[in-house]
Order: sequence, then C-alpha cells, then structure tokens
Amino acid sequence: MEVLTFLIPVSLGLGCLGLVAFWWTLRSDQYDDPEGDSARILRDDYDDHPAD
Amino acid sequence: MSATDAHIRMSACPGCDATSLATSRAAGTAQAGDQEIALSLPSMHCAACISTVERGLMDIDGVSSVRVNLTRKRAVVHARNDVSDEMLTEALARLGYDAQPLDQATLSADQSDNAARDILMRLGVSGFAMMNVMLLSVAIWSGASDATRDLFHWISAAIALPTIIFAAKPFYVNAWKALRVARLNMDVPITLAIFLAAGMSLFEVANSGEHAYFDAALSLCFFLLAGRYLDQRTRTIARSAATELAALEAPTALLLTDGKPDTVALDTLVVGDTVLVRPGARMPIDGEIIDGDSELDRAFLTGESDPIAVRLGDQVRAGEINLTGPLHVRVTAVGKDTFLHALADLIAIAENSKSKYNSLADRAAAIYAPAVHLLSFAAFLMWMYLTGGDLRFSLNIAVATLIITCPCALGLAVPAVSTVASGALFRKGLLVKHATALERLAEVTAVVFDKTGTLTIGQPRLLNPDAIAPADMAVAAALASSSAHPRSKAIAQAAAEMDLPEVTLTNVKEQAGHGISGQWNGQSVALGRADWVGGTSDGTQLRVGDQAPIALEFEDTLRTGVAELLELLKDLGFPITLLSGDTPDNVEQFATPLGLTDWRAGILPDDKAAILKQMTADGDKVLMVGDGLNDTAAMALAHVSIAPASALDATRVAADMVLVAPDVSQIADGLRIAKSARRRILENFGIAACYNAIAVPIAFFGFATPLAAAIAMSSSSIIVSLNALRTR
Repeated sequence: MEVLTFLIPVSLGLGCLGLVAFWWTLRSDQYDDPEGDSARILRDDYDDHPAD
Repeated sequence: MSATDAHIRMSACPGCDATSLATSRAAGTAQAGDQEIALSLPSMHCAACISTVERGLMDIDGVSSVRVNLTRKRAVVHARNDVSDEMLTEALARLGYDAQPLDQATLSADQSDNAARDILMRLGVSGFAMMNVMLLSVAIWSGASDATRDLFHWISAAIALPTIIFAAKPFYVNAWKALRVARLNMDVPITLAIFLAAGMSLFEVANSGEHAYFDAALSLCFFLLAGRYLDQRTRTIARSAATELAALEAPTALLLTDGKPDTVALDTLVVGDTVLVRPGARMPIDGEIIDGDSELDRAFLTGESDPIAVRLGDQVRAGEINLTGPLHVRVTAVGKDTFLHALADLIAIAENSKSKYNSLADRAAAIYAPAVHLLSFAAFLMWMYLTGGDLRFSLNIAVATLIITCPCALGLAVPAVSTVASGALFRKGLLVKHATALERLAEVTAVVFDKTGTLTIGQPRLLNPDAIAPADMAVAAALASSSAHPRSKAIAQAAAEMDLPEVTLTNVKEQAGHGISGQWNGQSVALGRADWVGGTSDGTQLRVGDQAPIALEFEDTLRTGVAELLELLKDLGFPITLLSGDTPDNVEQFATPLGLTDWRAGILPDDKAAILKQMTADGDKVLMVGDGLNDTAAMALAHVSIAPASALDATRVAADMVLVAPDVSQIADGLRIAKSARRRILENFGIAACYNAIAVPIAFFGFATPLAAAIAMSSSSIIVSLNALRTR
C-alpha cells in the first residue's frame, strides 16, 4: 500500500497537467472555429515542413 | 519578420507560404500602427476557401496577418493603416468571394462570447475533478476499506470542494437571485443538491463514514454545465450572425461642408447639418430636401411598392431609399429622435410582453423543484420516525433522494434538443434569436405575411416585354441603360433576354424624378412617368417621336420559393393571411395567381397591429413574417415572428427569427423542425419522469449507494442526449 503515497500524487499531477493544457487551449481561442479547424487539418500546407 | 518580408517571400515561393502565414499569424497581432478589419464572407464553405482567402489577402501589401473563421464565415485581418477595406474586398472579389466589411464597434458590443467561454472553463474544471474523484471512488466501490478508504475520501474532498465552489457558481448565483425575490427555479434544487451532498459527504468523511457523494455532486455539476454550455453556444452563434447583419450597415453619412461631401459617423451629425444622399443610398436621418429632385422607395415604412416623387421642401425620413437623383437634405432629427427610432421604441415595449412567455423548461421546473424538496423532506421525516431519531442516517437518505431526483436529465432535456434544432435551422438559413422562439413556433396555428419585401424582393420586373415592338423595346432599353432606377434596371434586364436591333441614342438626359429623354433617328424619345412623357394614365410610359405613348407594366419580383412555401403551409393546414400596405390592384395581381384568397390591401401599420390583436383574441397563435417598419408593431404582437435578412435593422431586432436564406420555403421547414423539437423535449421529460419513477423509491427506502447514483445519473443523461439527436 506504500506505493499509493507515490502513485496518488502522480495521478493528480497528471490530471492537473491536463487541466492546465485545457486552460491554455481555451485562452488561445482554440474552440472558436470548430468547423474551420476540421477543414484545416485536410490542407497539405504543413505536410512537408511544420510551421516554425 | 515584417509584413513586407512575408509578402515578398510568398510571391517568390508559393510552397513556403504556409510557413510564412503561420509565423506572421502568431506574431502579427500587436505591431505598431496596426488596424484590425473584420470581413464577412458568406460564400466561404470549405478547406480550399480558407487557403484561397488567407493567401489572397496576405498577398496585399501591408497586410500582416489573416485569420479565417469558417464557423462564423468571417476573416479578421491585421494590416497597416493605409490598407483600406476596399482593397481587401476588391482582392476577394477577384478571387470570387463576396466580402463585406463589418463594423467593429457593433461586433465588439456583443459580449456573449465571453459568457460561453466562462461556462466552458467551469465545465472543463468540473470534468477534470469528476474524473479524478471517480477514479478514487472506483477503488472504494471495489472494496477499499478503513484507512485507505478514509484517505481516498479525504483526497476526493480536497479536489471536490474547491471545484464545486468554482464550477457551480452559475447555479448558486442564479438560485440566490430567484430566492431573493421569493421564487423557485431549477437552480434551487440543483444548488441544494450539490451543496448538501458535498457538506453531508464531508461530515461523513470526518466521521469515517462508508458513503461519500463527492463524485455525484461533481458529475451533477458537470452534466448540468454541459447543458448550460449547449444552450449558451446555440444562442451565441445565432446572435452573432444577427449582430453581423447589423454590423454590415456601417452607420455613416455624407456630410456636406462648403459643398464637399465627407464621410462621417452617423452619431456625429447634429440638427441643421446638410447631408448628401446619393441615389441607391438609404436616408440616414430625418430631414427636409433643400436641393434636388428624386424618387423615394418608402416600402419599408408603408409597404407601397411604387416609388414616390419628392422635390424641394419635401420631408424625408430615415430608412427611405433614394432612387434617382442626388439629394441635399437638411437634418431635422438624428439618432433617437428620428421617426424610425420612435417606431423601434414602440416595439421594445411590445417585446416585454414576450419575455413573459413560460417556456417548457420553466413550466417543468415549476412542478419539479417543489416536488423534489418535498420528497426529500418526506424521506427525512419518515426515516427520523422509523429509526427513532437517527439524524445522521435520515439526513443521508434525504441527501441521496435529493441527488438522485436532481434534474440532471431535465437540465439536458431542453438544451440538447434546442441545440440540435437550432443547428439544423442555422444550416437552412434561419437564425433563432430568441430563447423561446422555437417553442413558440411549434405552437403556431395561423400565418400572416407582409407582401412587399417579404414575399417579393421589392424589385420590379417588366410584365409586358412581348407586347412592345422590338424597335421600341430597343429604344426603351437604350434609354434605361443610363439610369439606376429600379424600373430602368428591370427594362434593361428584360431587354437582355430578347433579340433586339442595335440603336444609338444621342443627347441622353435623365431628369431626376421624371424620366430619361434622348434623340433617336432625328426623333425625340422619352421614357418615364406618364404625365412627363405626355401620356394620360399613371405608371411608366415610353414615347417614340409623335406616336402615342406605350405603357410599360411592372410587377414586383417574387422571392424564391414563395409558391412552394404557400403550398406546404396549405398542406400543413395553416390559414394564410396577406396584409399589405400596397394598393388593392397590386395586391390582387400578386395574390390571385398564388391562390391566396385572404388578402387585405392598403393596410396602415396600426391596422396591422389591430388585426393581429383581433386574431390573438380569437385564440389564434400567429406567425407573422414581415420586413418593414409598418410590420414591426404587428410582429411584436404576434406569437412568433420572422424577418428576412434584407429587413430594416429595427425589424430584425424585433423579430424572433431571421431568415438569411434567399429561399422563403425554408420557413415551412422551420415549422416542421420546431414541431419535431417540441415532441423531443416532451419525450425527454417523459424519459426523466420514468427514470425518477424507478430511482426515487430506491433512494426513498434507503437502498441508494453512491455507485447507483452515478450509474443512474450518467445513463439518463446519455439517453436524453441521444433522443435529442432524433430531432430533424
């Protein structure tokens, strides 16, 4: 059971990481244009060289 | 990287433009001297369009970043200050896209975006907390005991309590608002359930109890916030589209100073200023004509489809359209003092009566909220009696009852359906502006239409081109081609479809408000008002040399889908009434071929309102479709109202729905979808009731565990959401 003292903080930390990531996506307007985003992934503009 | 760099690199190497686009997009928001231009691009629809538009605009010198939003069919451009709206719209026109600059001030006045984002954040946080607490709960349900269970409970509490305080804020704020005025709404049992569950669980945990309901409190929060978010988003999309219509009409006027026109914002005008109104423009203000002759289209105010001649000294009103000659107008009233605005104020008063409408959700809440409270209180009393005063045990049962009966499915029942229905209507080109408009549309029993501008597009069409000799028709077309008058355009359009001889006219002159004259083969020719050409009757006539004038007959062009719409409505069994401010002749000419028997002509705005009042008093629930100011009072009185996108701003504001699609037959579809949505909502209430019929006795008699609550809550929410998808 001692392993719990280690695992529980890890799982909570990972959860917090997810929450921070969500907060970041929200702040950077990533839910503003769902239709456009679903169309953008089909463009081949970024296929050869990712945006730098 | 500067904007010019990006521009040069793009044209030199088309393969790299994605890279430069992305970089400039990230960097280009806050450069010095930047301006932001928003464009509406209604014809945009796919991935290729995004690329074309973004690349096309980046190619313009001075543009530093472009971001297209396909959901809202908008592009936001950051550019140097010397880049004008026209440069952008022209570039887009060359690419084949219609673009309209949007008024930023009007757009930013719409703050509902932030509300949706706020709820989304709370939804995310409660989702995170729910999943983590659920993980710990699974361990407890599968047999963790003693110190491990207590530890898990304490961790759950540490996650759940702050989350609830943050995420449930919309509920307890609303509940408090309702309680303060001594009312009960759906938020009261929600708040009570969430806080009692959390408080009771905390007490249990502190006393090493077996059951904690933290996961239930959090999932309740999560599902209900999901419903709220759907609700908010549906309305935000429709409302932002409606705001965009308003933003398309940038409020400017041409102010004359020392004879030179200057574009100024409308709100800077004062009484006594002189403005120039060009042909084709809308009157920005109320005023008096001090120079010029012209004809005005007053259809918006009166419903009359024929233009009215005006000259020096005549009064004009904001909203009228100048047709033929440029007018100098001295301002007599601006902004809130204009006749247009006075009418719009009348509408606001009538609007209030509509907010009294009780939506299905309100009615359900009115029964549900007290029932839930009474039930859990009864459970508490019963177990107090049965256990001989075991407060902790009885309170536990009461809380379990409250959680299980809490309107998780009910909170989703209405928003899920209205999201699906509004989405379907949005794709068909009907914007649902008002929260309860869909429900009211489903109850409609009669339909009333306005004619000019609603079923017709307010543009004339030549009726008798075949009755005119080709030579005469050619002369008429040649004369008409030099004028911007709607009837001239109609003649030119009719002539374009015919095979006519070439004619050359000399000395062509347009006399504003009267007509056009010229010379042809040594004879004088004229096209215009009958009395000016030398004819006797009314209307538009053509005179060639000394021959008797030839009458040209016009009718208003029908909107697309009018015949289908009327057919569909008749099939659905709705009585249809046509109320028009136009002359009886014009209305009869319009109504008879369409098989409309119940029409009334020459109706004044007050009469329209009176007729609507009478119909409502007779028990009819009327759908009113209209576009003009003469319709707005009637529209505000109607059970539900629809305005076409071409309607005046004030009318669109008053309408519950706005039809953006050119095809009016979508209204019949709208009625069908609204009825389907209403059925789904009632079914969802039924599902929620069934679920309660099973769950309540279980909780009431003390068999409910946190696991049972979690399963019941999730499954009922999922069933309700799936049922909502059947709306079509």
